[in-house]
Amino acid sequence: MQRQLMSGDEAVAFAAVDAGVALGTGYPGTPSTEILETFAEAGGHAQWAPNEKVAFEVGLGAAFAGARVLVTMKHVGVNVAADPLFTSAYTGVSGAFVLVAADDPGMSSSQNEQDSRRYAVAAGIPMIEPSNSQEAYDFLQAALSLSERFKLPVMLRMTTRVCHSKTLMERRPPLPAAPAPHFVRDIAGRVMVPGYARPAHKRLRERLAEILKENEASPLNAEHPGDGKLGIVTNGIAYKHVLEAAPQASVLRIATIHPFPVERVRAFAKSVERCMIIEEGDPVFFEQARAAGIPVENKPEMFRFGELSVERVRRIVAGDVSPEPPPPRATPPRLCDACPYHPVYDTLRRLDCIVAGDIGCYTLGVMEPYRAMDSCVAMGASIGVGLGLRHVLPEAEARRVVSIIGDSTFVHTGVNGLIEMIYNPPATGHVLIVLDNGTTAMTGQQEHPGTGRSLDHDAAGKFSIEGFARACGVDQVDIVDPVADPKGFEELLKNRLASNDLSVVVARKPCILAAADIRGWDKQIAEKAACGGGCPT
Amino acid sequence: MSHIVNVVVAGLGGQGAIKASDILADAACRAGHDVKKAEIHGMSQRGGSVTSDVRYGKKVLSPMVPHGEADFLVVLSPDQVEVQRPVLRPHGILIGPDFVDENELPNKRSLNVALLGALSHHLDIPEAIWMEAVHAALPKRLHEVNDRAFRMGREKAAATPRHHR
Repeated sequence: MQRQLMSGDEAVAFAAVDAGVALGTGYPGTPSTEILETFAEAGGHAQWAPNEKVAFEVGLGAAFAGARVLVTMKHVGVNVAADPLFTSAYTGVSGAFVLVAADDPGMSSSQNEQDSRRYAVAAGIPMIEPSNSQEAYDFLQAALSLSERFKLPVMLRMTTRVCHSKTLMERRPPLPAAPAPHFVRDIAGRVMVPGYARPAHKRLRERLAEILKENEASPLNAEHPGDGKLGIVTNGIAYKHVLEAAPQASVLRIATIHPFPVERVRAFAKSVERCMIIEEGDPVFFEQARAAGIPVENKPEMFRFGELSVERVRRIVAGDVSPEPPPPRATPPRLCDACPYHPVYDTLRRLDCIVAGDIGCYTLGVMEPYRAMDSCVAMGASIGVGLGLRHVLPEAEARRVVSIIGDSTFVHTGVNGLIEMIYNPPATGHVLIVLDNGTTAMTGQQEHPGTGRSLDHDAAGKFSIEGFARACGVDQVDIVDPVADPKGFEELLKNRLASNDLSVVVARKPCILAAADIRGWDKQIAEKAACGGGCPT
Repeated sequence: MSHIVNVVVAGLGGQGAIKASDILADAACRAGHDVKKAEIHGMSQRGGSVTSDVRYGKKVLSPMVPHGEADFLVVLSPDQVEVQRPVLRPHGILIGPDFVDENELPNKRSLNVALLGALSHHLDIPEAIWMEAVHAALPKRLHEVNDRAFRMGREKAAATPRHHR
């Protein structure tokens, strides 16, 4: 096959197609989003779930039935999916289940820089990590095969630079097909009541011990001989920086992140005069090596923050901890000039609201000229945080508190917060504004259950934000167009803030970047429906 | 290590910096080089600054151009010139947004391709390969204006003494 320039995300998608993955599911999140989009374009069965936990569970069910499954999310999405993740290590799977966790060291588009390698250790899930697109392709298939052989979920850890960098790669011949899915009853293996979970935990540790044996000799862990003086143990994209920055060093690259092949590292460390661990992010390798009594050096603490690079690796090797030159002063993103959220933030600023915010484009309301956001923590957190503020603030301040959330974020985990709002209402009531721009805008305009269209923009069931709020028993549910009537929006908000009612205001206006596409997709759906789905396309 | 050509393309979201770097990477690939391209584009549609690194040669390791080691810096937005200048190596070549007269462009949105044309004058990639890469990246209806923009940049660079750049 021909070598092509592809991103790591695209490589994973094509690897999944060539491996006969029956289902891809996930929730959009930079830098993972393009995997499922490409998988769908290449003919795979891909779908967006309302959130990562649901995606994980749908994938798990398919893998219980014997299918090969791919589930994708960004690093913070793994937090949402963590509950089923941990116990899926006990249940195992019948088919193959690979979870792609896309980390964002340096936080190009994230709220933290957590290191997903910790999850593999904590949950007891085997993890493999590629360093370029060819490996992203090959390792996705290696992960599927590992999962199939050991009947365990496997994580493929990627980072922004591997997901989004384009490097040359070639596709391989398709893998042999998996057996057709069918149901096999396995109550003791799948029903995690304590009596079945206790032996399941032991089973998990036994399987991990077997995988460790393989990892100690795994060909995925490359070794580059050097002059024998300096040895470097590294992983992921840092491996490429190390090869460039320290061409004279001996290098051991660990791709089998968990279980960590500690004896391989011990032997390597013995073969050199001085051994350093150069890993982006947390000292995950370092702690494991030191716990095993291997004399290795850690990178200085200042390099724990942000991405590594060739010049930072040069500094680590040289022991240079002098202040680094500041990075070029980036122009921060801002709300698009014609964004329908402008009048909303203008109103919130003028009314001096205390704004519990959420995650999406609208987080940019924190920027000048509005500065109209007082917290942003996690997907869906705006509602709970707003309610907590209302419960304890003095009345005059409590009445200024507003929660603000986007449509996709509301479907993701905002619904739980709304249920809390009607269950434990503050004495002053509460106001929730749902900014419904009809798309998952920040990650590049993906569909979600509230748009009524599937991942590939075809007709799908539609979740109604106002219908849900009414069904929950919210006192006041209003739907407004803040662009057409900014004055009316302001009057309504003042009124709702002054009352003790529970109020949901849906501010509805399509994202200006997505509006033309949305019209096109809806037109296609209408045309298809008009000819009964039997028309040539 | 064998010689690697390092190019950084910078601009603001929506200006086509990433498209330009895609075309460059594709051209280098078509010319038979190992190529890597890295960028941060998480929030690029929201008008934030965007930079994209392209490296090519016999064998490329890291996908990111080390700071202060870019051979060429192509900048689409005037306010990014001074911000990004430190990525250039000493005597590295800056191709800024004022290198071509915006008003002479067949379409202002083809500034990215015009500056690529200027860059192409300095690189050892045949013009026919450049044109293939430009066409592969753009819909057919945009080929003609972009061909003109590319040639405009390329000819201007050929006619400009080096110290004027």
